[in-house]
Amino acid sequence: MALLKVSGSPHVQSKDTTQSIMWSVVIALIPALLVGVYFFGFRVLAVTAVSVAACILFEWLIQKFLLKGEQTISDGSAVITGMLLAFNLPSNIPFYIVIIGALVAIGIGKMTFGGLGKNPFNPALVGRVFLFLSFPTNVAMSEWPTAKTVDALTGPTPLSLIKNGQTPELMDTLIGATGGSFGEVSAIAIILGGLFMLLRKVITWHIPISFIASSWLFAGILYLAGITVDPTTHILAGGLMLGAIFMATDMATSPITKTGQIIFGVGCGLLTIIFRCFGPMPEGVSFAILIMNALTPLINKMCKPKRFGY
Amino acid sequence: MNTFRLGGVHPQENKLASENAIELFPLQQKAVVFVSQHLGAPSTPVVQKGDRVKTGQLLAKAEAFICANTHSPYTGVITKIDVATDFNGYKKPAFYIDVEEDEWCEDIDTSEDIVQDIKLSSQEIIERIKDRGIVGLGGAAFPTHVKYMVPEDKHVDYVIINAAECEPYLTSDNRLLLEHTEEVLIGVEIMKKALNINKAKIGIETNKPKAINALKTIINKYPGTEVVALKTKYPQGAEKQLIYALTKREVPSGKLPIEVGCVVNNVGTAFAIYQAVQKNRPLIDNILTFTGKAVENNRNLLVRVGTSIQSIIDYCGGLPENTGKVINGGPMMGKAMMDLSAPTTKTTSSILVMTEAEASRKKTTNCLRCGKCVSACPMGLEPIQISLLAKQERWEEAEKECAMDCIECGSCLFTCPAGQPLLDIIRVAKSKIGALRRARSKK
Repeated sequence: MALLKVSGSPHVQSKDTTQSIMWSVVIALIPALLVGVYFFGFRVLAVTAVSVAACILFEWLIQKFLLKGEQTISDGSAVITGMLLAFNLPSNIPFYIVIIGALVAIGIGKMTFGGLGKNPFNPALVGRVFLFLSFPTNVAMSEWPTAKTVDALTGPTPLSLIKNGQTPELMDTLIGATGGSFGEVSAIAIILGGLFMLLRKVITWHIPISFIASSWLFAGILYLAGITVDPTTHILAGGLMLGAIFMATDMATSPITKTGQIIFGVGCGLLTIIFRCFGPMPEGVSFAILIMNALTPLINKMCKPKRFGY
Repeated sequence: MNTFRLGGVHPQENKLASENAIELFPLQQKAVVFVSQHLGAPSTPVVQKGDRVKTGQLLAKAEAFICANTHSPYTGVITKIDVATDFNGYKKPAFYIDVEEDEWCEDIDTSEDIVQDIKLSSQEIIERIKDRGIVGLGGAAFPTHVKYMVPEDKHVDYVIINAAECEPYLTSDNRLLLEHTEEVLIGVEIMKKALNINKAKIGIETNKPKAINALKTIINKYPGTEVVALKTKYPQGAEKQLIYALTKREVPSGKLPIEVGCVVNNVGTAFAIYQAVQKNRPLIDNILTFTGKAVENNRNLLVRVGTSIQSIIDYCGGLPENTGKVINGGPMMGKAMMDLSAPTTKTTSSILVMTEAEASRKKTTNCLRCGKCVSACPMGLEPIQISLLAKQERWEEAEKECAMDCIECGSCLFTCPAGQPLLDIIRVAKSKIGALRRARSKK
């Protein structure tokens, strides 16, 4: 008989692996992708494919030639970054911009710090914000769904309507028949993905709910003060749903304890509404999450779990 | 449903041997009995090479406070007193016995009759427990009588019986409760009498409905004793977690259960106490689960102390071809054996055979900072934080993160999707911090 193995306990482990978690997130993103394809056409798939492929390629290249470590592309996290980056872009964006975004997301946002789990900021948001500041016209000017408007291919997004004090159709923002980045338009598809992740225990409710609820509350206060439109429109429009459910919940860049996660979510919500209502740009979700990412180590330090026996 | 407050995980239960009645393991020709089989000071041998001993005769005596007697499990001649290797690979002094027959000491009642009346006084009970070499059978092998010698300034409210058996695979407590229900409950009565109290709580996980039922049908005969069904969740049977689940009391950090008025013993210990007090029977055998997914016949065996693990394996049909690991205890807290020729002790609770596939750990990848280890920790610690500090040898900081409160239940390592060896590293931290503390107290 072969030699027996000897190790410390425990001798059994759960079935969850980094891969299984990451691929669950990928599956959860598919409804939003399908809605994007339905409203904006097949170029959505092309943008997503380019983004994902570029992310995987850059991770592979950086790992191979710079970090010289074991390849990590099969863990699925580059696929998520690629999808989330694409979802934050309009479908008519030139491919070269997508590729630049992927390089920044993976290169600067993730691999600089040593890869998955070590990055302080959500890589997809790093890429998005870079593109947003570098190519403002291509990124911010979203097209309208071809199904809805025949002649005008581009038009104001719900958020730019809000900025001008107008209210977009609520139902449209709910199902996604509205202008915007193709992955963030449909609140229902994103929530569906979120429920799947909750079910698979990839995320917990703490961040999304505190993020969305606090946004609603702060927007509501400003609405009563006559500063902005009604709060429900706020939470359904723009990248808030996608941000709250898929970006803010990124494990590596959000707090560990449940209390910390609620503080994080409330912070995201508050900052989003402040940026939207008082900032120069219509959208504030990306910046809000990135700022809270930066505060995460501090929140972790403040919010220790309740120890047993103290 | 009663349960503990923080953390916990739910490993696959795999109670494969739960329906198999306890079988008597045949007596062996040779036995190797360790002089000390408990936690604490070593016992002193009172027999010599060449002596003929009877079954149940005293072999080694407890001379320190935290120490236990050792009795002979067989009748035969002591051929030598020499070191033997235990299954962890440690060499310890042991009695080598050539077995002749099975002649019990006259003062031991070997009949099957159940003795209800408790004739001994509180003090005599404790003396008897000590004399008969009873140790905690939950795994720690702590000398039982010490728990019953309550310091004057402490007050006990409850006897807590640990029947949770929260470890996967293990079924010996379940079988004991089903086949010796009455004896276990009398054992609990004895414990209550020893402490001069009337309240006892038996905590048992809901995955043992038959045992719960068996207890509940006769529990009325034992007023003051309560059977409490607990949620099936690991580590429900960890001492501090069990006390919390049953009494909502939280044992303070670094303190013992007595601090919150509880004395905790395993059901196996309750049975051993019954046998010691009512039958004058020393602790010379125990129920052992032979189990594993690749094992043909999962079974529960009553095995005399000093039987070689290999002979039990041979009796059960040998190890399956694809065996990767053999464990004493459950898969969460048990120890992987490195020497199968080692003999059993008072606390050998199982031989768990794992296949090669099961014995391999998952691949270690970067920590995702998912926080699953923090959510799983029943002590409210941050395993990843302690592990990070330990990797940088920042022991003092790890101590401030309460590393010493870790109960080594393994929930963190179990749950980690990145396969980080959290508990392995925390164990290193604990031993380093322990050394630091000893150095500090010397100053």
